[in-house]
Amino acid sequence: MTEGGKFRQSPNYNRKQYKAIMINRTERHFTLAAGALCLGGIVLFVCMAAYALLAFDAPGTPGDGAVFDAYVWRVARFTLLQASLSTLLSILFAIPVARALARQTGFFGRVWIIRLMTLPLGLPALVAALGLIGIWGRQGALNTAFAALGLDQPISIYGLSGILLAHVFFNMPLAARLMLGGLERIPGEYWLVGANLGMRPLSIFRFIEWPAIRGLVPGIAGLIFMLCATSFTLVLILGGGPAASTIEVAIYQALRFDFDPPRAIALSLLQIAVTSALLVAIRLLTPKADDGHGGGRKVRRFDGRHGFGRIGDWLVIALAVLFIALPLASVISSGLRSDLIRLAGDTMVQRALVTSIVIAVVSSLLCVVATAVMIRARQAAMAPRHPLALHRGLAAAISASSSLVLLVPPVVLGAGWFLLLRPLGDVAVFTPLLVVLINMLMALPFVYRVLEPAMTTHSARTARLAASLGLGGWNRFRFIDWPALRKPVLMALSFACALSLGDLGAVALFGSQDMVTLPWLLYSRMASYRSTDAAGLALFLGLVCLVLTIAGTPSATNNDKGRHDAAA
Amino acid sequence: MPPLETDIAIRLSDVLVRFGKTELRFDGAIGKGQIVAVTGASGSGKSTLLNVIAGFETPDAGSVEILGEDVAGRDPAERPVSVIFQEHNLFSHLDIGTNIGLGIDPSLRLGVKERARIAAALGRVGLDGFGKRMPPTLSGGERQRVALARALVRRKPVLLLDEPFAALDPGLRAGMSSLLLDLHRQEGNTMLIITHHPDDVRALADSVLFLDEGRILLHEPTAQFLDRGDIPAVTRFLGK
Repeated sequence: MTEGGKFRQSPNYNRKQYKAIMINRTERHFTLAAGALCLGGIVLFVCMAAYALLAFDAPGTPGDGAVFDAYVWRVARFTLLQASLSTLLSILFAIPVARALARQTGFFGRVWIIRLMTLPLGLPALVAALGLIGIWGRQGALNTAFAALGLDQPISIYGLSGILLAHVFFNMPLAARLMLGGLERIPGEYWLVGANLGMRPLSIFRFIEWPAIRGLVPGIAGLIFMLCATSFTLVLILGGGPAASTIEVAIYQALRFDFDPPRAIALSLLQIAVTSALLVAIRLLTPKADDGHGGGRKVRRFDGRHGFGRIGDWLVIALAVLFIALPLASVISSGLRSDLIRLAGDTMVQRALVTSIVIAVVSSLLCVVATAVMIRARQAAMAPRHPLALHRGLAAAISASSSLVLLVPPVVLGAGWFLLLRPLGDVAVFTPLLVVLINMLMALPFVYRVLEPAMTTHSARTARLAASLGLGGWNRFRFIDWPALRKPVLMALSFACALSLGDLGAVALFGSQDMVTLPWLLYSRMASYRSTDAAGLALFLGLVCLVLTIAGTPSATNNDKGRHDAAA
Repeated sequence: MPPLETDIAIRLSDVLVRFGKTELRFDGAIGKGQIVAVTGASGSGKSTLLNVIAGFETPDAGSVEILGEDVAGRDPAERPVSVIFQEHNLFSHLDIGTNIGLGIDPSLRLGVKERARIAAALGRVGLDGFGKRMPPTLSGGERQRVALARALVRRKPVLLLDEPFAALDPGLRAGMSSLLLDLHRQEGNTMLIITHHPDDVRALADSVLFLDEGRILLHEPTAQFLDRGDIPAVTRFLGK
């Protein structure tokens, strides 16, 4: 629907305000230098890893052609296959859910259902996997129920079906929320007109709802495909063998178990090729990303108020809620059944907790500071009417860096640095630093997306005024920037912490006796079948990450408040 | 009659500002103690003219002199000017007193004397006792008065106002105009005020700077400007 753009509300500052990013001259040079330094550090870190992969010269390496052997191609094929199917299924299931929620606007608890749908994304993949196994696994609730009915374990959580299940669990709610946002941006008059013309549900879907959803599908599909193609933890746990392995997991196995660097390199290059192709495709295919809020506005709809439509909607909503809530409930109930007190006293757990917290805090602080500095440098670079070519380049590189980081997934980064550091002796010495840096890079795109709009609006609102009053440096930071930006900064920190706390990818390559994080401990307890320990840890980790993610996600009400403040 | 050299507050000599393909050129002088209305259609360069004087834009060529001094290379805060924008004049998370205090000292080291000055300035704009209020709780007109109070404590000889009444209701506009005039009589400062309204021009201005397509088309006494019927751009502005 071409009118789609009009519904999207964006703060409409006029040009002269946007342009007015004033800082005094010395401060500007300092900011530019600091931004260039941060950018340089990040680029260097990524490029060194890539260089190590490209330049690695293993003795007795067969010719290049042989490195891309049948196994590598099979892994690549499977990666794309599972990502395509996951995307397709997530979107197909999301459409009825979004539609049902959009039609049933008035019932009690609707807002909680929408909140429930935000939970999977905040959950560490490891924890979610445990929950899914609790429901769909061999001894899970469903199979037990089927067995009681005399059926013989019809569902398998391992292999392709398990991977698809987990990916749909994570991405269907995301897709449904984004679609619901699109449906709620349809002007209320459309429903009045539709009712007035006596449109049947099918024509309402064809002429009103589908056009609103259609415009969003490429963006949602691109996002989900990217998430699924680079999925590591879920595939590691639910893949269940070499037959169902994605490129990332295969890299991990090549380095950690087979110690076959050439194969890891071939796979890494393949992964970079796949992610870059995806990034380009997403850039070309998708309209501007939407922040996906929704679920607040009251709309009066006249369809689906009774009869089959209403029953169908309820059925769809109930199924979706069960699908999302059951694994969460399983995590909670098995977690509560474990011996939490003994776990809390376990020195291994305590050490892992401390390690995880230190890594999370350091990496998220680094990430937020570096991102803020780079955004500020970008503003400073573009402040003059005619920016120097050099400064324009810096600004462009900074905005590109946030998505370029996605190009080299954590496992690939880890593989590169693993190869680079190995000749220097024990890799374990560098492990904490590497994990911190990799976690920092992982969080960068998200932190950038939280901070950039906030800092742009803030600067548009205050920069000229601060300059005219001679507020600069420390004074401006203390009185103007920090009070106004504290909230987005804390949100970004919280989100980055959650990402780092729940991450298994970076640790997996380097994890050892000396370097145990909570997810790594959870993973090893799962692997050694100490499942009650795992359940307790999963409950704890899941709760902490959820709280941090919720604190790190802008809510619709926060936005409204921002708009109110802007009136001053 | 052109003002004497010593009576000039602001002189723009062959100032050139380029935005992509459009070029704006300003050349002219403004006398001390005058209220000058800057008018013209949207996009004629009014805000740019103010930004050049305030130091928010750096000219590509030409020079700007304020009170006889070339201000090239000086940051906005180092120029003898105060600026009041159409909106966002106050930091919404700081109370009114603090917002004004920033005009006295950007590091907010405010003693008893400074606090007394803040209270006095609030009194002069008719907002006695507003010091502890937060900006979002004030009306648009009250917020603009606070901005005026801050300009008062800064004691800069030149005051630049970029459509200061644009967001206000007609009744409030008249009140603001007379307050502005009062303060001007007490301070004797030079004021440049961008406005779209012939009423504001009539009520406030000694002279009018009329801009058209990035040039200063006219600079003449208000009465003469208001009587004009010969230039289409001006008659369109006056609504004749």
